[in-house]
Amino acid sequence: MARSVTTRGKAINTAIAWAVGLLIFFPILWTILTSFKTEGQAIAAPPVFLFFDWTLENYAIVQERSDYLRYLTNSIIIACGSTVLGIIVAIPAAWSMAFVPGRRTKDILMWMLSTKMLPAVGVLYPIYLLFIKLGLLDSRAGLVIVLMLINLPIIVWMLYTYFREIPGEILEAARMDGASLKNEIIYVLTPMAVPGIASTILLNIILAWNEAFWTLNLTAAKAAPLTAFIASYSSPEGLFYAKLSAASTMAIAPILIMGWFSQKQLVRGLTFGAVK
Amino acid sequence: MGRITLENVTKTFGDVTVIPPLNLTIEDGEFVVFVGPSGCGKSTLLRLIAGLEDVSGGQIRIDGEDATNLAPAKRKLAMVFQSYALYPHMTVRKNIAFPMKMAGIDQAEQDRRIEAAAKALNLTDYLERRPGQLSGGQRQRVAIGRAIVREPSAFLFDEPLSNLDAALRVGMRMEISELHKKLATTMVYVTHDQVEAMTMADKIVVLQAGVIEQVGSPLDLYRAPRNRFVAGFIGSPKMNFIEGAEAAKHDAQCIGIRPEHLTASASDGQWKGVVGVSEHLGSDTFLHVHDTGLAETMTVRVGGEFALHHGDTVYLTPEADKIHKFDAQGLRIE
Repeated sequence: MARSVTTRGKAINTAIAWAVGLLIFFPILWTILTSFKTEGQAIAAPPVFLFFDWTLENYAIVQERSDYLRYLTNSIIIACGSTVLGIIVAIPAAWSMAFVPGRRTKDILMWMLSTKMLPAVGVLYPIYLLFIKLGLLDSRAGLVIVLMLINLPIIVWMLYTYFREIPGEILEAARMDGASLKNEIIYVLTPMAVPGIASTILLNIILAWNEAFWTLNLTAAKAAPLTAFIASYSSPEGLFYAKLSAASTMAIAPILIMGWFSQKQLVRGLTFGAVK
Repeated sequence: MGRITLENVTKTFGDVTVIPPLNLTIEDGEFVVFVGPSGCGKSTLLRLIAGLEDVSGGQIRIDGEDATNLAPAKRKLAMVFQSYALYPHMTVRKNIAFPMKMAGIDQAEQDRRIEAAAKALNLTDYLERRPGQLSGGQRQRVAIGRAIVREPSAFLFDEPLSNLDAALRVGMRMEISELHKKLATTMVYVTHDQVEAMTMADKIVVLQAGVIEQVGSPLDLYRAPRNRFVAGFIGSPKMNFIEGAEAAKHDAQCIGIRPEHLTASASDGQWKGVVGVSEHLGSDTFLHVHDTGLAETMTVRVGGEFALHHGDTVYLTPEADKIHKFDAQGLRIE
């Protein structure tokens, strides 16, 4: 039975939804607003909201003081690289778990996910030493590998869930049609799971983009991504809120824009027409 | 060519034996139907032939060659699935082309075969559509098209019509039979519907719990079922079984008489009963007769216009030469 919703109820719900939405968005909004203030206005009490002298000075100083493009390039390479590598490793893994599960498949999945519950700092020391030994410290390749590994459980889990939705008969049909395992994955499974793979890629780019623990600890200058760019503005000589906000805004802008445009893709489910 | 031989083929899942040692020969060009109730192992048997399941023992030969451990694609068989199993992201043309693409057939030949298959299956206007834009019947035809273009040595059908509505099912049944006549390729067809089995098959294999109960032409099975199970499974409505004194008169543990081999009369006959539910099909009426003292319910086929109603007394007379006799083991007595 459909639930009846009164106009008043609808209005209240809408108001609550907007309130919650704004509450979640407020820190980002405040950061963006602060980035257009002078340092004085940024720490003014009571705080000024919209009526201040808007200025682009902070952006100019930030751009002058540090090379934003280099950080951005590093972020793009690290986020995209670790995601692509993760997907390449995870597709065969998720395929085998979804279509030829063993008795312990569920346990393995749980175990993989449980590694996400481990505090990262617990393995910082061994990984740091390993990075020194392998010469990976402050290298983009090193960060790609580490971020791929820490996000791999989520990638495998997500792909596994999407693959489970694909009827096994279609893959059997491909096998009957002469497709090798490789062709089965390339021509049948992957295209059918495109919406799922796309959502997984987007989510993992966001996770990798925002990852701060490893990117801060394993980089110095060369491979430093935007997280390090933000951190470099919270200096011990005192906080410069407006400049920090400008740096933060520049760091989150690309991912925010990407998220905005890919909303549909993130939400879109799997649509199948082949199986009744 | 498409001669398939199963020698002592067995299949077990863990401790459960689904198919005890089974022997069967399917001749080249035959239309063989595996029929049986749900869970009788007919689909498993088909999947063993296809290579989608590994046998637990025994040997499968295709055209004399040992195919037991061959990959599905290497067996030169094509399969049509119950769910159609089309590739939803490909157009009809690409779906049909897929097995040829995998086989590395050149583009010109691919196009030629696609056009031919599309023409034969009335799909020419739909080649650029995706499966999601087609009706159930059209999807099933695409699945058949995809099977045809491979020019396999045998076709395997796994309950291909069970997702279609009744009218479409009759049409597709005819189309598949026509196709078999035209291609003269071996077809192995799995169904739980004995009407499909009777109308399409050259040879029916009746299965129960993984065991072959009888192999024969539809009319062989209808006229001389080897045991009570086959007698009850083949024919619609079901054969009436009578045990006790009446069976003893025929020196049997049980006798069977089909509804169409009984005549009903309001005035006189061999067995007396009371009319229960009547099913009017137009051309025929099936009377369910109670209180005969022979079996709980006896079903009898009478003409479309029959004057007896619920609660009326009716007399039934069997055709003497159409009575089937079975012993205590349920086996046929000649």
